[in-house]
Amino acid sequence: MKGNHKRSRLLGIWKRFSRSKTAMLGLAVLCIFILLAVFAPLIAPYGYDEQNLREAYQGISMRHLLGTDNLGRDTLSRLIWGSRISLVVGLLAVAIGAAVGGLIGSFAAFYGGRIDSVLMRVVDIMMAIPSMVLAIAICAALGPGLVNTMIAVGFSSVPTYARVVRSAVLTIRQQEYIEAAGAIGSGNWRTIAKHIIPNSLAPIIVQASLGVGNAIQSAASMSFLGLGIQPPTPEWGAMLSTGRQFIRDYPMMVVAPGICIMLVISSLNLLGDGLRDALDPRMKR
Amino acid sequence: MLRYTGKRLLQMVFVLLGVSFIIFCLMEITPGDPARQILGPDASEEAVLAMREELRLDDPFAVRYISYIAGVLHGDFGTSYTTKEPVIHELFARYPTTVLFAVLTVLIASLIGIPLGIISATKQYSWVDSLSTSFAMLGVSIPTFWLGLMLMLLFAVKLEWLPATGFYGPIYWILPAITVGLPASAGIIRMTRSSMLEVVRLDYIRTARAKGQTERKIIYGHALENAMIPVITVVGITFGQSLGGQIVTEQVFAVPGLGKLMVEAINSRNYPVVEGGVLLIAFAYCVINLLVDIIYAYLDPRIKSQYSSSVKKRMKKEAAVHEGES
Repeated sequence: MKGNHKRSRLLGIWKRFSRSKTAMLGLAVLCIFILLAVFAPLIAPYGYDEQNLREAYQGISMRHLLGTDNLGRDTLSRLIWGSRISLVVGLLAVAIGAAVGGLIGSFAAFYGGRIDSVLMRVVDIMMAIPSMVLAIAICAALGPGLVNTMIAVGFSSVPTYARVVRSAVLTIRQQEYIEAAGAIGSGNWRTIAKHIIPNSLAPIIVQASLGVGNAIQSAASMSFLGLGIQPPTPEWGAMLSTGRQFIRDYPMMVVAPGICIMLVISSLNLLGDGLRDALDPRMKR
Repeated sequence: MLRYTGKRLLQMVFVLLGVSFIIFCLMEITPGDPARQILGPDASEEAVLAMREELRLDDPFAVRYISYIAGVLHGDFGTSYTTKEPVIHELFARYPTTVLFAVLTVLIASLIGIPLGIISATKQYSWVDSLSTSFAMLGVSIPTFWLGLMLMLLFAVKLEWLPATGFYGPIYWILPAITVGLPASAGIIRMTRSSMLEVVRLDYIRTARAKGQTERKIIYGHALENAMIPVITVVGITFGQSLGGQIVTEQVFAVPGLGKLMVEAINSRNYPVVEGGVLLIAFAYCVINLLVDIIYAYLDPRIKSQYSSSVKKRMKKEAAVHEGES
C-alpha cells in the first residue's frame, strides 16, 4: 500500500516533468553527454593525450571531425573525454557543497536560537566573499588539480546551500503535520528522518540541479585562469585556455569546448527548471 | 529605520572581521614562501631569512592577525610584497576601473533586461516572450569568458570593428561590458517578468481594468512601479557582485581592474594585496546590500513598517489620539 503511494507520487512528478518540452530537451541533451562520458573509450576516435605533431593545427576533416590542437591532438576526442571530467567535477562539487551546506543549514534551522544565529553569521561572512575569489583562494591554498578544484568549487557554494536548506527546513518545521507528529509521540530524530528530510528535499534537489551547471562553469573558469585542472587533462575550460592563444588562426579550438560547456549547463538549467515546476506544482505559473 | 541601519552597520563590522580572518587563515595554509617569491630562486638562504624577519612572517599567527587588524583600523593595509607600495594605493589605483566596469555592466544589463522582461510579461506566451525567456536561459548558461572570447573573435578578429584587449577609452569598454552585461541581464529579465506577472494579477489592476483604463496606462502607470521593487534588488545585487571585480573577464580582455590584481596577487603569494583586496570587495558588497535593503524598505511600505519600530509607535499613538478625539 505504502509502496504504491510512493510510486504514484513519483509517477505524478514524472508526468508533470515530461509535460514540459524544454525540460525533456534538457534531460535528453544531458543523457547524451552522460553516455558520451561513460562510453568515452569506445566513442572517442583517439586518446585524449594522443599527440601527433605532424597533424597539428588541422581544420575540420574526415580524419579529425573538429580539427586538432597545437599538439596535434584530436579536438573531438578530447571533448568526449572532457565530458567525464566536467560532469564528475560538477556532480562532486555540488555533493560537497550540498552536504556541508545542508548540514549547516539544517542544524541552524532545527536548533534555532543561538546556534542558528552563529551559523548564519558564518554563512553571511562567506557570502560577502565572491564565490570565485573564495574558490581561487582555496585552490591557491590547496594547490591546483582535479580534486582540489572540486573542493574549492564545492566549498564556495556552501553558503548558498546552507541558506536554501535552512529556509526549507524552517518552512517545514512550522507546518501542522510536524506538530502533529510531535503530538503523537514522534521523537526528534524520527521527525527529522521521516518528515522533515523528505519534505525539504524538493528545493534542495532543484538547487543542486542548477548548481551542477554553476559548478561546471566555475571549474572551467578556474582552469581557464590556470589555477584549476591542469593539462594534459582534457577539461573544457583548460582546453579553452590553451586555444585562446591560437584564437586568431584556429578558432575551432575555442569555439568547440565553449559550445560543449554551454550545452551541458543549459541542459542542466532546463532540467532544473522543469524539476522545480514538477516537484512543486504550486510554484508553476 | 535608523536603528535597523545601525544594527546592520554593526553586523557589517563583524562580517568584515570574519572575512579578514577567513582569508588570513587561507593565506596561512597556502604553501610557498613569500620571502622566497620576492627574492627569486637565486637568493641566498640568509637573505630569505632576513626578508622573513623584515616581513615578520615568523611571528605567531595570532600576533600577525591582530597587528594586521590594528593596522587596518588605522587605514594601513600593509605593503605590497611585489611593488613595495602601500596596498591601499595599489587597490585604489585599480578600483576606479572596476567601478566603471561595474556601472557599465549594470547599465547594459538593465537596459536589456527590464524592457525585455516587461514585454515578455505583458505579452505572455507570445513569440517575444519565448524569445526573451530562451535568451535568459542562454544568458545563465554561457560561461562569461567564452562569450568574451567569441565576441572578441567576431568583433575584434574577424570584423576588426573593436579593439580586442585593453581598457583605455569608451571603444575599449564595449566588448567587456557586453560580455558581463548580457549574462547579467538574464536574471533581470526573469525577475522583471515574474514580478510583472504577479503584479498584473493583483486586485488593483483588475479594478483599473474594470474602470476602463487603457492597457498602456495600466502597465506603465499602475503596474510598473510596484513590479520594479524586486527588480531593484536584483540590479543592486548585480552591481554589488560586479564591484567584486570580474575576475575572469578582466583576464580575458586585459582590463586592469581589481579582479586581475587579485589573480596576480594570489599567484605571486602577495598576501597583503589579497587580504586588502578581499576586504575591499566584501566591504563594497556589504554596503551595496545594505543600500539595496534600505531602498527596498523605502519603496515598499509593507517592509518599512516591519523594520521601523518608531513608525509603529507613532501609528499607535495616532490611533490613540484619534480614539480620544472620537
